Amino acid sequence: MVPPAQRELLDAAAVARTIARMAHQIIERTAPAPPLLLGIPSRGVPLAHRLAARIGEFSGTPAAVGTLDITLYRDDLRRRPTRALAETTLPPDGIDDALVVLVDDVLYSGRTVRAALDALREYGRPRAVQLAVLVDRGHRELPIRADYVGKNLPTARDEEIAVLLSELDGTDGVVIRRADD
Amino acid sequence: MRHLLSAADLDAPTATALLDTADRLKQALAGREVHKLPTLRGRTIVTMFYENSTRTRASFEVAGKWMSADVINVSAAASAVAKGESLRDTALTLAAMGADCVILRHPASGAAHRLADWIGTESATLRAGLAAHVVNAGDGTHEHPTQALLDAATLRDSLGTLAGRRVTIVGDILHSRVARSGVTLLTTLGARVHLVAPPTLLPTGVRSWPVTVGHDLEAALPESDAVMMLRVQAERMHGGFFPSAREYARDYGLSEARAALLPEHAPVLHPGPMLRGMEISSAVADSPRAVITDQVRNGVHVRMAVLYHLLAGVEEVT
Amino acid sequence: MSPLLLRGVRPYGEGDPVDLLVRDGVIAELGTRVDTAGATVRDCGGLVALPGLVDLHTHLREPGREDAETIATGSAAAALGGFTAVFAMANTDPVADTAVAVEHVRRRGREIGLTDVHPVGAVTVGLAGERLAELGGMARTGVTVFSDDGVCVADPLIMRRALEYSTALGAVIAQHAEDPRLTVGAQAHEGEPASRLGLAGWPATAEESIVARDCMLARAAGARLHVCHVSSAGTVDVLRWAREHGAATVTAEVTPHHLLLTDDRLGTFDPVNKVNPPLRTGPDAAALRAALAAGVLDCVATDHAPHAPQDKDCEWAAARPGMLGLQTALSVVVETMVAPGLLDWRGVARVMSERPADIGGLPDQGRPLAVGEPATLVLVDPDVRWTVRGAAFASLAGNTGFEGMELPARVMTTVLRGRVTADDGKVMW
Repeated sequence: MVPPAQRELLDAAAVARTIARMAHQIIERTAPAPPLLLGIPSRGVPLAHRLAARIGEFSGTPAAVGTLDITLYRDDLRRRPTRALAETTLPPDGIDDALVVLVDDVLYSGRTVRAALDALREYGRPRAVQLAVLVDRGHRELPIRADYVGKNLPTARDEEIAVLLSELDGTDGVVIRRADD
Repeated sequence: MRHLLSAADLDAPTATALLDTADRLKQALAGREVHKLPTLRGRTIVTMFYENSTRTRASFEVAGKWMSADVINVSAAASAVAKGESLRDTALTLAAMGADCVILRHPASGAAHRLADWIGTESATLRAGLAAHVVNAGDGTHEHPTQALLDAATLRDSLGTLAGRRVTIVGDILHSRVARSGVTLLTTLGARVHLVAPPTLLPTGVRSWPVTVGHDLEAALPESDAVMMLRVQAERMHGGFFPSAREYARDYGLSEARAALLPEHAPVLHPGPMLRGMEISSAVADSPRAVITDQVRNGVHVRMAVLYHLLAGVEEVT
Repeated sequence: MSPLLLRGVRPYGEGDPVDLLVRDGVIAELGTRVDTAGATVRDCGGLVALPGLVDLHTHLREPGREDAETIATGSAAAALGGFTAVFAMANTDPVADTAVAVEHVRRRGREIGLTDVHPVGAVTVGLAGERLAELGGMARTGVTVFSDDGVCVADPLIMRRALEYSTALGAVIAQHAEDPRLTVGAQAHEGEPASRLGLAGWPATAEESIVARDCMLARAAGARLHVCHVSSAGTVDVLRWAREHGAATVTAEVTPHHLLLTDDRLGTFDPVNKVNPPLRTGPDAAALRAALAAGVLDCVATDHAPHAPQDKDCEWAAARPGMLGLQTALSVVVETMVAPGLLDWRGVARVMSERPADIGGLPDQGRPLAVGEPATLVLVDPDVRWTVRGAAFASLAGNTGFEGMELPARVMTTVLRGRVTADDGKVMW
């Protein structure tokens, strides 16, 4: 259910198509080694699982999935009340020499990804780190760019993009609304 | 959360949040090359221990360092305290030097509360821009909230949940801050607590605590989902609480035969240090049922979680 | 001194206002048609007049702890509190266990002249409880009350001898009842709050058992025993039983703080609430109030205990026990006894002036407000309410357990043998 003052940019079908396209791109650029998809909580996690499923379907080789909580590495912890921590689960043999693809729902300032890179660094030394996002909404504050972008959606600063995924929100979609709504 | 002074200050959601954070921190540290988190970098934590304790102080020090904080240990004997400086002056001095957090262990019940009054909310210290947080690492026979948290974490690991579980605590309840904090926190988290001790080691008014009380250890064990043995603290007693160590061990000690009365799933906890052969036999202490080393390990993560909740975010204005 | 006319006072709070003329230190006239020629007139607007209050139990700290209180500052506090006589306990440094020591205190009090200071002599040398002090020598200087207060005369043989010996001196032995074997390391009343807060308990039985013992010893010796600062309902029971069974020479006092404050205050760990004997439970306080009204407890005594800041601004276990009492006593008695109707103003005169003067052997205090009697009296405004601020008190120390509380009634004027010693909150040095 989409409340008023919110505009739907992608519906469920469009989300599914976008994820499928991204999966194909990831397969192309990471072949022959299967990548390690690390979802950044919250919505990066179901997204990573869906990408991994599609990658397994299309290439016949399953991709490993994990989650990487970046709360402890945020640069804005001191500005808000204590944040709850989320799960971190990595493969038992670590990330050394792995081809890691960080997965998140929206790429905005780039600070979340920067925190993820800091976190990764302390777990080991991947062969390479790439970034997959469902939506790039612009307004980068750091020199960070995504390798796989589902959709480029230019926005104004006073707008907010929300990615809805049925695992957490009961429905799939991408909506835009005024930030103060 | 500004200070952690007593388990009584923690409601169920807050206590659960602390335990969940401890779990997440344990997870976050697993499998790392660099066994450190940057979150409290640049924060200064001072441990002020007026009582000897290697394990608790080391646990707090490790917890602070694993969060990248600077940890400084002040020991009463070696400091101005030995020259007669009052607790209040020592506290104000440390706060003035820039300590973000003071972790206090002191032989006087209520010392941490007084410390919090002096440096936590005093208008004088706030005016000077100081806003130190206080963690009670054990005050006299009053409270030891981080011990209660790590015991709860260990019980959660063993039993899955605390709600409705029966936890039996055995020993010198009268002089035990671990028991007081434990009773409060376990009850808050939904467990049912049963105390077993000789009558002389039970506090007056224990019948008004949210617990059941008994003197028969063997009757209590088959009904227990977990048992916590307390050290019989010789140094706190002024005599006359029980006739001899032999009688205490015989009537209230957890022997192998008694441990066998416990249900399969029930773990044995002990806050340490143990007096083997007194409240717990060596065999039981070393058995797979005893989770004492888990307690110690959880202690570090729990203390990291406490420091995280006190120091990482901005304080909520209530 | 010209005569002083107090216009419009109500003696014992009874009847319509009358005029009271003070001349040459005595009450010269009392009534509605008083000769005012040459007198200084003071309009008193219906204030309650009582005989000057007498405190059987005060700590003036001099000699030894003049950083907490001196005989001068203590006398000032007494005058402001309406007290025309105070008994200064012997646990000074050095201990007042000789004639020379008590003489110093008496002389200083006289020099200052704001209240009659009666030194209490120690029962045992150095308060050590081992051998009797020279009670006879001290009695010869005028000492009528002996006490080791601060500590208990615990040895039953010593207490027996002290009681017997005192019968020849017309003196009373005032006991701080606390069996030291039962209160080792004790911090607070052994009850539910202390057990929850990890404060070592001071059981009521430590007081009750000593009082029971001492009542039997006093009965057997026909000696006068005075029980200091009764704090428990159990002690009241013992006193009632003892009186009913022949212990006619036993008297007892209660502090204002034990009438009002209880151990539910312990939760803040603020040592202003640390006293010896400790604050006990609500039922204990209620029993003490009823006993005071019924006369089982004879009188109120403040146990005024000033302490320097470093002795209270610390963790509980390190704090010295005691709280100020002289300037709040009357108000607390009004709050706990008069306001609920347990005592009228005559009763206040009895428990705060007449009985203490009688027990302490003071022939010129606690007298009726009548013509020919000494003009030693206090005028009280029964209706005003005021907020307690320890820093504003005359004592050097500020440790009042009633800080911030709003209390009823206020002493407006204190007169000692015709001389105004305190007036409207000011000490008349």
